[in-house]
Amino acid sequence: MYIIVVGGGRVGYYLTKALLNEGHEVLVIEQNPAICEAVNDELGSICFRGDGCEVASLEEIGTGRADMLIAVTGDDEDNLVSCQVAKHKFNVPRTIARIRNPKNETLFKKLGIDVTISSTNIILEHIEEEVPTHPITHLLEIRDRGLEIVEVKIPPESSTIGKTVKEISLPQGSVLSLIIRKARKPIVPTGSTVIEAEDQIIALTDPESEEVLRTTLRGE
Amino acid sequence: MKVVIMGCGRVGAWLARQLDADGYSVTVLDTDPYSFRRLNFPRHLPDYKGTALIGNGIDQEALKRAGIEEADVFFALTQGDNRNVMAAQIAKHIFNVPRVICRIYDPLRKELYSTLGLEAISPTTEFAQTLKERLES
Repeated sequence: MYIIVVGGGRVGYYLTKALLNEGHEVLVIEQNPAICEAVNDELGSICFRGDGCEVASLEEIGTGRADMLIAVTGDDEDNLVSCQVAKHKFNVPRTIARIRNPKNETLFKKLGIDVTISSTNIILEHIEEEVPTHPITHLLEIRDRGLEIVEVKIPPESSTIGKTVKEISLPQGSVLSLIIRKARKPIVPTGSTVIEAEDQIIALTDPESEEVLRTTLRGE
Repeated sequence: MKVVIMGCGRVGAWLARQLDADGYSVTVLDTDPYSFRRLNFPRHLPDYKGTALIGNGIDQEALKRAGIEEADVFFALTQGDNRNVMAAQIAKHIFNVPRVICRIYDPLRKELYSTLGLEAISPTTEFAQTLKERLES
């Protein structure tokens, strides 16, 4: 695949390195000449000095034949415009944008950016997982289906302990897929599985039902 | 009629003072409070009686504070094309402001966003055109 990476900063550099290792043809576009030179020294002549939001520069690096454009500069507005230019001027099939302000996610989606990665949200989630009392952990997002896989811990005083899965009225958009119990084999829950204290429940849910799923399972 | 202007540079401040004098309800937004000095100087222009707010126009919360939800018109007039483009699209697609006007210096980007439905003006081409007409008249 021919992939264009906009922005040669830390994210851009490591991303490019990984993509090159996977055997892709990668080109980095970066405005800062010093960063350009550093990337070229490290990874070979793959960095083009130019503005990744400008039609002229993007044309010069053959954006018309790119399979994907990934915009990872530190500024949301630059990433947005870069992806929009790639999409609407060069018909790039897939555009990915890094977002710093999580509030921009809806806007980017609305404007047709295929994938958005919110670095702030990712960092937050990872830190939250380390807080022992955190009631729900996001494990994985299945973006194109609008689903996520989450983990819910059953607190020792929860009112759902002793109930069967059938007895708990789960939200429509959620399915329990696995229960992990201390020192025992994980079990795939059925309607008659009884919830125990300290259960770690892995569930598939749509984001809208997440809140209800958490409160129902934890008996809040 | 309520107007929100993002960017209190020469153009933004000038426009704010003129619209304010004409009776519009104006709010100017800028990240740098120092730029608000342009709302009071030069003195021979009418005094600005509207609102000046510190905030970034690509931040939806800042736009809400500036009253974007009740605005009839939004102008994006910062020095950055991309910032203007993003703020204008937030105003148009998130807050459904009836009229959104945005400055884009780069003529190619201006052309692209015009086709995407933004009311965009490129001072670059407009000014070049003015110069050309001067020469020819």
